[in-house]
Amino acid sequence: MTNEKFNFTASLKKKLIITGIVGVALFVIGLAAVMMGGGHEEASHGAEAAGHAAEAASHGGGGEHGGSSWLTRIFANLWINNVYFTGVALIGVFFVAIQYVAQAGWSAPIKRIPLAFGNWLPIAGILMLVTWLVASHDLFHWTHEDLYVEGGPHYDEIIAGKKAYLNTPFYLARMVIYFSIWFLFFRWIRKEILAEDLDGSTQHWRKLIGISAGFIVFFAVSSSMSAWDWILSIDTHWFSTMIGWYVFASWFVTGLATITLIIVYLKESGYLPQVNSNHLHDLGKFVFAFSIFWTYIWVSQYLLIYYANIPEESVYFMERLNSDQYAPAFYVILIMNFFFPFLALMTRDAKRHVMFLKIVCPVVILGHWLDFYLMVTPGTMKEAGGFGFLEIGMAMIFGVAFLFVVLSSLAKVPLVAKNHPMLEESIHHHI
Amino acid sequence: MDGGKNFLLGIYDDEDVLKSAVKKVRGAGIKIHEVFSPYPVHGLDEVLGYKRTRLPIAAFMFGFLGTVLALTMQGYMLAIDWPMIIGGKNYASVTFVPVTFELTVLLAALGMVGTFLIVSNMRPWAKPRIFDRRSTDDKHVMAVDLDLNKVSSDEITRVLNESGATEVNPKQFD
Repeated sequence: MTNEKFNFTASLKKKLIITGIVGVALFVIGLAAVMMGGGHEEASHGAEAAGHAAEAASHGGGGEHGGSSWLTRIFANLWINNVYFTGVALIGVFFVAIQYVAQAGWSAPIKRIPLAFGNWLPIAGILMLVTWLVASHDLFHWTHEDLYVEGGPHYDEIIAGKKAYLNTPFYLARMVIYFSIWFLFFRWIRKEILAEDLDGSTQHWRKLIGISAGFIVFFAVSSSMSAWDWILSIDTHWFSTMIGWYVFASWFVTGLATITLIIVYLKESGYLPQVNSNHLHDLGKFVFAFSIFWTYIWVSQYLLIYYANIPEESVYFMERLNSDQYAPAFYVILIMNFFFPFLALMTRDAKRHVMFLKIVCPVVILGHWLDFYLMVTPGTMKEAGGFGFLEIGMAMIFGVAFLFVVLSSLAKVPLVAKNHPMLEESIHHHI
Repeated sequence: MDGGKNFLLGIYDDEDVLKSAVKKVRGAGIKIHEVFSPYPVHGLDEVLGYKRTRLPIAAFMFGFLGTVLALTMQGYMLAIDWPMIIGGKNYASVTFVPVTFELTVLLAALGMVGTFLIVSNMRPWAKPRIFDRRSTDDKHVMAVDLDLNKVSSDEITRVLNESGATEVNPKQFD
């Protein structure tokens, strides 16, 4: 086995930077359009926005900064991308962990790619913390102090009742704990994996099974809790027991599609000679299966709320379905995240051919971004939310930054774990 | 199963010998009727030149049938024959999803198992030909159909012996 490393070439860096600059340009154009009144968009929603402002004023919005919806829109977008890319980074570590716990052989030569995702975690943590400190009052209704003043004009009994969990110090502490423990586990897993390269002892592999099991236990709890914190608490009055799974499912599919896409790219650039169509088949199966899993969770959440038709539950879907702004996206994500990958990746040949994976994975990745857009925007922006160059530009900037971090850390260590005890098995992988 | 009544059976002890024997026998222009093994031998289907099974296509068809059946059944029952409004919902709605999902899975699964049993001659009323009982124990058995092969019986016996068979037995069915 070789010590071949990924060469993060200057031309690739240049391409990424150009994409990033295009993203910045789109963001600025989008921002200018929104600030100038956004043309007809703002006008048509002006009346509704005014209505919402009145509603907010009468109903506990005492601390609202009022006006500047473009600022809220930037904050909401920062939040969407933060949560989304945190998830992708986290799924990278989680994927490596499940491979070790399952003692999987097939994935031996590809584990370094998802592992590299973890390097985004510290950046995501800092971004998340800063965004929250700056934007919490614009994004999270429950952060307003006067909601908790009993007898006050804005007193909200329901939100006040959640104070034991939803309060700023505990919230921030949880955020710090999630990120630090995720990051520590990631460093620990990485340390053992790299130590294996040096001395070739199978002891590392055995130890990694234990570490990974520990990470999965923490991840099981923290992925759900972070979904409550970061997504569910936006719609403070609403509740869904499904949201933890829902966010996890969305993250997992995105992560798997990203892993697959980067492996396909590396393979086409001449790296990873050990990876053949059998490995791609397995990755394709992952994307296929967890697209169905996401849909299963989606239906489980939607169907029960639809059937029971309890106002405090169905309001979440009302906000989305009864809105010209969000209703199209509501149906589009079902096509992008279920029907398309389900039909396109159904056959064995499709999963084994690079061409299909290169079409399906980007659709799924974009579809789940839209999914997060739909989770965050209606709750934070109400009807004033929009989708334009601002959203596209911001997502591009985040995507480029993420790829930059992942690829440059990928270039630092050999691509394939040469002393992995299952490497030989993986090379002969045949399904 | 189609085919003649006169067979020659090559008995093999080892799966690697068996696989190379399959290659040699096919290389000599002899058509192999079937190979029976006590356990799945990895790569045997490839050396035998079998095409991939079309079972997934059957599974898709049955699954699709289940989807259509579930939707028409619920649509007919709840919207046409005896319209029922439950909880103020539309007749045809997202509430159809669970039944549709279950029937799709059920028909795909049952259909696939049924197809498999019929195709591999294991339907309940089938009388499978038992070539050599030891193929369920510790021997691999290669069956060559004498009626379908133009090569002479002696020649086949010679090739089988050369390819590493521990014994070569004739077998006749009524």
